[in-house]
Amino acid sequence: MSEMAQPATGIKRPDLSQKRIRGRYAAERRFKLYGQLAVGLAIAMLAVLLISVCSKGYSAFYRTEIALDVMLDPAVITPDGKSDAETLGAADYQGLIKEALKTAFPDVTSRGDRKNLYNLVSNGAGNTVRQAVLANPSLIGSTQRFWVVAADDMDMLAKGFIKRDLPEGERVVSDTQIAWYDKLDESGQLRTAFNAVFFSAGDSREPEQAGILGALMGSIFTMLVTVLLALPLGVMSAIYLEEFAPKNRITEIIEVNINNLAAVPSIVFGLLGLAVLLGVFGLPRSAPLVGGMVLALMTLPTIIIATRAALKAVPPSIREAAYGIGASPLQVVSHHVLPLATPGIMTGAIIGLARALGESAPLLMIGMVAFIVDVPHGPTDPATVLPVQIYLWADSPERAFIEKTSAGIMVLLAFLISMNAIAIFVRRKFERRW
Amino acid sequence: MNAISPTLAKMHGRKVTVHYGSKQALFDVDLDVPERMVTALIGPSGCGKSTFLRCLNRMNDVIDGCKVGGEITLDGQDIYDTKLDVVMLRARIGMVFQKPNPFPKSIYDNVAYGPRIHGMASTKGELDEIVRASLEKAGLWKEVKERLDQPGTGLSGGQQQRLCIARAIAVSPEVILMDEPCSALDPIATAKIEELIDELRENFTIVIVTHSMQQAARVSQKTAFFHLGQLIEWGDTEQIFTSPKDERTQGYITGRFG
Ligand SMILES: Nc1ncnc2c1ncn2[C@@H]1O[C@H](COP(=O)(O)OP(=O)(O)OP(=O)(O)O)[C@@H](O)[C@H]1O
Ligand SMILES: [Mg+2]
Repeated sequence: MSEMAQPATGIKRPDLSQKRIRGRYAAERRFKLYGQLAVGLAIAMLAVLLISVCSKGYSAFYRTEIALDVMLDPAVITPDGKSDAETLGAADYQGLIKEALKTAFPDVTSRGDRKNLYNLVSNGAGNTVRQAVLANPSLIGSTQRFWVVAADDMDMLAKGFIKRDLPEGERVVSDTQIAWYDKLDESGQLRTAFNAVFFSAGDSREPEQAGILGALMGSIFTMLVTVLLALPLGVMSAIYLEEFAPKNRITEIIEVNINNLAAVPSIVFGLLGLAVLLGVFGLPRSAPLVGGMVLALMTLPTIIIATRAALKAVPPSIREAAYGIGASPLQVVSHHVLPLATPGIMTGAIIGLARALGESAPLLMIGMVAFIVDVPHGPTDPATVLPVQIYLWADSPERAFIEKTSAGIMVLLAFLISMNAIAIFVRRKFERRW
Repeated sequence: MNAISPTLAKMHGRKVTVHYGSKQALFDVDLDVPERMVTALIGPSGCGKSTFLRCLNRMNDVIDGCKVGGEITLDGQDIYDTKLDVVMLRARIGMVFQKPNPFPKSIYDNVAYGPRIHGMASTKGELDEIVRASLEKAGLWKEVKERLDQPGTGLSGGQQQRLCIARAIAVSPEVILMDEPCSALDPIATAKIEELIDELRENFTIVIVTHSMQQAARVSQKTAFFHLGQLIEWGDTEQIFTSPKDERTQGYITGRFG
């Protein structure tokens, strides 16, 4: 400080020296830089994650198909002359495919080689033919060209995941199979097509027949139950505790307990579900209903805490204004406080639900880890959920499940993003700050 | 104290005490609010004016740990009677707060909210009419009639305060309580509101808290002086300002303390 700025009376004036100002600016710049670094790092990590998942997973969305000329032999399809749907549906189409393969490769004669040959196509390939015949029985007797699904090993070969230059003993496809594959390729009998099965089937032991739909439906039903239970229960308890409950010892204890519940490891909720929901109430195992209830319990504290914070943040002057013209407590809350708190509530809800969506540990406890082929049609059908499905695939030895795992993660992320989008939409609707 | 006879007064306070937790904020206040008159509450900051005002429509109920004692009546009926419905009471006794606090809704909805929740209009036309009349009485109609669907929070401070007044009078209360309604306003807006108070006196009973001696003198017929939670003196405004009986009143209105 300069001598002149120091008056005789001894009044201290702010230190306006250049050094202090420069110091302050430098501190501000440093802070901004740290912030930008942090945000940049977060974005970079997210990008790495997304790129690695997508680059590994996108190949699961298409598959390799093989063209075969299948003789629709009436002796096989309608052995006793009847052509009702039941007979047609029960015929051995996989056998017809094998015949078609034999015809396509007439020089393969030994038993072992034939078996290898049959392994070129998926053992679900007969379904393609069955559907065509059921749709149009007049095809019986003719020879038709069908594009059938290749076996997962061929698919992997086509996608380049199985290296041809490895010694034969170290890869799952033999040299003869590669030769057949190349022959098919040369004659234009190979193509890649959109893998609709991935989005329309449940799980399967055969990678080329495994789909995500079962787990997706399981997740949807589970989240539906979770939302329907946790959101109204959580918001109502928060409103009651915040706006109506007397502030005394009991509500204090309840509050402490709710805060503690938010920190309880999720598997404990799974054990609770196992002991109480399955054990005492005898609800079905592996059902999204039970999974949803368990996850709702897990999500409740988060929603309650976020809702209470959002309610507290509504300015008291708004409440006073409403009370002042004779609104009842319920009217004050529902007409004024709740709309203003909705954005905050939605944020809390989405954090809680996103955590519930990615949760697998508590669901393992109630049996949602089972291998389930059928796509669930309701919240009481046995089902699994996306994270558990991803875990199951990641644990499978076949090479083809690796891309399924990544594709499963992509579906999970897409689910999460659409859930977030709904929440953001609701927020926006209410966030119109006047 | 020259208490007017109970039949003439709209509201009575008898031995009103207020505790915030263990702290006593009002000590045995006896005050009558005469009908169709403006009663001004004056006194130094923290003396309990707002506290007393909030007793009159039981706004203190909302505050945790606030206990009100004594008796307050409206038209001879005890308003702290447990059988009395506090929501209906607040519909009869409106309030305008120190800080303008319009709802974050449109101007129209701000005014229409009270009539709506109290079932005062059965048709849209009736409601429109109430909104128009209230805004007109509050002297805001000309300024906002073109933008009734705009947010109430988008108005200027003075307009917001008049909007709050319109909102209060839309439910046709019998008594209007105003807590320093002009504290955030410029002299022109203040003058408008004072004019408005003067007009409202014809139909409403008004209690107003103010820090401005001039304002109290201009708008009120009765004045009550509070000091440290006690009602020191009250009576006709003219008498309080020209010949106060208590020297503390004298000291306050002449600006020697407070
Ligand atoms: N919510 C509350 N909790 C605790 N004490 C309060 C509360 N509201 C007011 N008080 C206390 O009660 C006393 C009277 O407050 P009050 O608000 O009535 O004063 P006032 O006369 O309106 O003052 P001002 O002119 O500054 O508005 C003060 O001492 C204040 O600290
Ligand atoms: Mg006050």
